[in-house]
Amino acid sequence: MATASKTTSARSKSASRTRSTAKKAKPAIAEFDKDEELHAYREMLLIRRFEEKAGQLYGMGLIGGFCHLYIGQEAVVVGMQMAKKDGDQMITGYRDHGHMLAMDLDPGAVMAELTGRRGGLSKGKGGSMHMFSKEKHFYGGHGIVGAQVSLGTGLGFANKYRENGNVSMAFFGDGASNQGQVYESFNMAELWKLPVVYVIENNKYGMGTSINRASATTDLSQRGASFGIPGEQVDGMDVRAVKAASDKALAWCREGKGPYILEMITYRYRGHSMSDPAKYRSKDEVQKMRTEHDPIEQVRVRMIEKGWASEDDLKAIDKDVRAKVAEAAEFAQNDPEPDASELYTDILL
Amino acid sequence: MPIDILMPALSPTMEEGKLAKWLKAEGDAVTAGDVIAEIETDKATMEVEAVDEGTLGKILVPEGTDNVKVNEKIAVLLGEGEDASAMDAASAAPAAAPAQAEVPSTAAAPAAPAAPVVSEPAEDPEIPAGTAMKTSTVREALRDAMAEEMRRDPDVFVMGEEVAEYQGAYKITQGLLDEFSEKRVIDTPITEHGFTGLGVGAAMSGLRPIVEFMTFNFAMQAMDQIINSAAKTLYMSGGQMGAPIVFRGPNGAAARVGAQHSQDYAAWYAHVPGLKVIQPYSAADAKGLLKAAIRDPNPVIFLENEILYGHSFEIPDMDDFVLPIGKAKIERGGTDVTLVSWGIGMTYALKAADELAGMGISAEVINLRTIRPLDIDTVLASVRKTGRVVTIEEAFPMCSVSSEIAYQVQEKAFDYLDAPVLRVTGKDVPMPYAANLEKLALPSVPEVIDAVKAVTYTA
Repeated sequence: MATASKTTSARSKSASRTRSTAKKAKPAIAEFDKDEELHAYREMLLIRRFEEKAGQLYGMGLIGGFCHLYIGQEAVVVGMQMAKKDGDQMITGYRDHGHMLAMDLDPGAVMAELTGRRGGLSKGKGGSMHMFSKEKHFYGGHGIVGAQVSLGTGLGFANKYRENGNVSMAFFGDGASNQGQVYESFNMAELWKLPVVYVIENNKYGMGTSINRASATTDLSQRGASFGIPGEQVDGMDVRAVKAASDKALAWCREGKGPYILEMITYRYRGHSMSDPAKYRSKDEVQKMRTEHDPIEQVRVRMIEKGWASEDDLKAIDKDVRAKVAEAAEFAQNDPEPDASELYTDILL
Repeated sequence: MPIDILMPALSPTMEEGKLAKWLKAEGDAVTAGDVIAEIETDKATMEVEAVDEGTLGKILVPEGTDNVKVNEKIAVLLGEGEDASAMDAASAAPAAAPAQAEVPSTAAAPAAPAAPVVSEPAEDPEIPAGTAMKTSTVREALRDAMAEEMRRDPDVFVMGEEVAEYQGAYKITQGLLDEFSEKRVIDTPITEHGFTGLGVGAAMSGLRPIVEFMTFNFAMQAMDQIINSAAKTLYMSGGQMGAPIVFRGPNGAAARVGAQHSQDYAAWYAHVPGLKVIQPYSAADAKGLLKAAIRDPNPVIFLENEILYGHSFEIPDMDDFVLPIGKAKIERGGTDVTLVSWGIGMTYALKAADELAGMGISAEVINLRTIRPLDIDTVLASVRKTGRVVTIEEAFPMCSVSSEIAYQVQEKAFDYLDAPVLRVTGKDVPMPYAANLEKLALPSVPEVIDAVKAVTYTA
C-alpha cells in the first residue's frame, strides 16, 4: 500500500546527495476533497491509458519516429493543471503528450498527430514532439533539449508586458537542467521579475544517463540560487503535493515576485523513447516505483479507504477512459494522411 | 620640439567627427592622462586624453567644428622651455598617414558620366512620382523606421545589448528609450541564446519583438532558437502559431576587426524555409524594408552593415514609406551586362558601372534588397536583355547567394546566356586583420570590371 509518508521517504532517499536546506520548508500536503481526487484520478488515468495505447500503436508501426511516453509522471501535469488558471501557459520539451491531455486537448487530435494524419493537432506536420494550441495556451512541444525554457521565459515576459496576470509554466527535465540557456533564462527572469514557474521534471535519467552521472549538484531545486530564485523539491508522484506546491509557486509569480522553481521528483516507467532498451537501470528499480509510488494507485487507495469510490465506481471510470482512448486510436488510424498540398502550406504567413 | 595633437579615431570605421569641446585652454599645463577635449561622431562621444605633457600652445580646431578628419592636427603641445615660435616648425611636419582600410564611399547621386554610354540611376517604382526627397543616413533611417512602427503598434518593442541607456552600440536605437521607456526598449544581459529564445517566446504569444544583435556574429550563439524555434513553429503547429519577430543588426565585415567579427550570414539564413532575409543597401531600403519587416507576421532576418550606417542617401519624405519584401530594385538601367548585388556589395557594383560606362559598356545594376524570397524574375528579365551576369557580394563563395543566383539563371534563362555567370565574392579565407590582407580578402571594383570584361569578351 502506498501512503503519503512512504513516498516522502522515497523522495528523500532519491535526493540523498542533495542539500538539506531544500527540504526544510515543505508545505504540508493539502488533502484533496472527493471531487479533486476523482478528477485527478480520471485525468491521470487518461494519460496512462493513452500512453499505453500509443506504445501499442508504435509497436504496430502506426506511429513513426520518436515517441516519448509520459507513463509514471502523470501526477506532475495533472497537479499543475489543477492549480493553474485559464490563461496561464504551459510549454515543454518532447515528452509532451501528458501536458496536452491534462490541458484538455482532444485525445483524438493528439493521437492522430502521432500517426501523422490530417486531423492531428498540427495537421500531421508536427509529430509526437511538436504540437501546439493557442486556444488552450499550450506552446509546444519542442525537440531541442532546453530550448523551451527560454521560450517559456518569453511567454512570461509577454504576460508582464501585457500586465494580464498570467503565469507561464516552463517544463523541462533533469537532463535539460544542465543546458546553458536555462541559466541565461533564470537570470533574465529574476532580473526582470517575470512570472514564470520553472518546473523541473526530475525523472532521474536524462535519456540513459542517471542524474548522478550528469550533474555536479543534484538538488535541482537550488539551481536558481545564484540568481536568487526560490525553489523547492516536490514529491512529483503525489498529485496533492504537486497541486499544493504549484498553488504556492503560481501565487508567488502572480504577486509580481518573479520566477519560482519546482523540482518535481518523479519517475518514468518506460524508456526514454520507444527505442530505449533501458539497460542503464534495473527492472527491480522500475518495479519498486510502480508498486510503491505509483501516482494513480495512490489516489485509488485513498478513495477506497475513505469510501469516496467503490471498486465498481473506479472500474466504471476505467472503462470510460479506455473507451475514450479507443475512440482516439480509432480516429488516429482511420483519419486520412494530410493532402500532398499541405507540404507547402504553413511555411510563411 | 612641439608635439602635434591629432584628431583620434573612435573606431576602425570612423573617418571624421565633431570636435565638441575643449576642456583645456591655450596656455594651460597638461599632464599625460588629462582629458583635454571631447569629440563626437554620430555613433559615440569620447574624451581625448593627452598622451604627453607640456603646455597647450595653440588650439588649431575650435570647439564646435564638424567634420574634422581623423588624424587632422587639432592642437599643438609645447614642451618645457618652448614657446609659440617653435610651432611653425612643428606644423611643417606632415601628419601621420592614416592606416585606414579603404572604406567604399557611396555613389548615392552619381554625376552624369561623360561617357560613351549613358548609365543613369533608375527611378524607384515604389516611390510615388513627385514625392519630395530628403537626405538621411542609413543609421537615421533604421532608427526612424523603428520609432514609427513603435508609435503605430504598442506590441512592438526592441531588445538587445546596449539598446537602451547606451543608445545602441552603433547608435541605431538612439533616442528610443526616451520616447518609449524601458518597458519597450530593453537592455539585455550578454546572453544571446537566452534573449533570442525569450524574444521568440514573446512573439509566439503575439508580441512583435525587434531583437537587435550587436553584430550578427553573436547570433551564432542563438542559431538554434532562430532556426528551430522561430522559423519552424508555424509549420510544426499546422499554422496555429508562428513568430512575428525581427532579428536585426550589423552583418558582414566592418573594418579591421578580424575573422570572428567579419562574416556575412545572408546565405546561412537564406537556406532556411520559414525565414525572410533582407539585406538593405541604401537608407530608403533600410527604412522601407525595416518597417515592412516589423509588420510582417513571419520571422525576418534583417542584415545591416556597419560601414553603410553612416552613409547618406536621398529617401522619400513620406509619412509612411514601406517597401515590399521580396522585390528587387533596378538601381541603374543598362544593356550589355547585368550586375546583381545587395547590401554593401552595391557599392562595388555601382562604382564599377560608372567606370564601365566610361569604357563603353552599359551595365544594368540590380539591387536585390531581399535575399529570401529571392526576386529572381527581375534578374531573369534583365538577363534576357543583356545575356550576361556578374554577381557581387562580400560573403564567402562556397554555397553563397551568388551560387544560388547562378544556378537559377542557368536553369531558367539558359538559352539567353552568352557567357558563364561569374561571381565576385569575398575570398575563401577567414577575414585577416592586416590592412592589406583584409583589402585583398574583400571584393574590389577592379575585380568586378575584370569579371565584366570576361563575360563581354572584351578583356
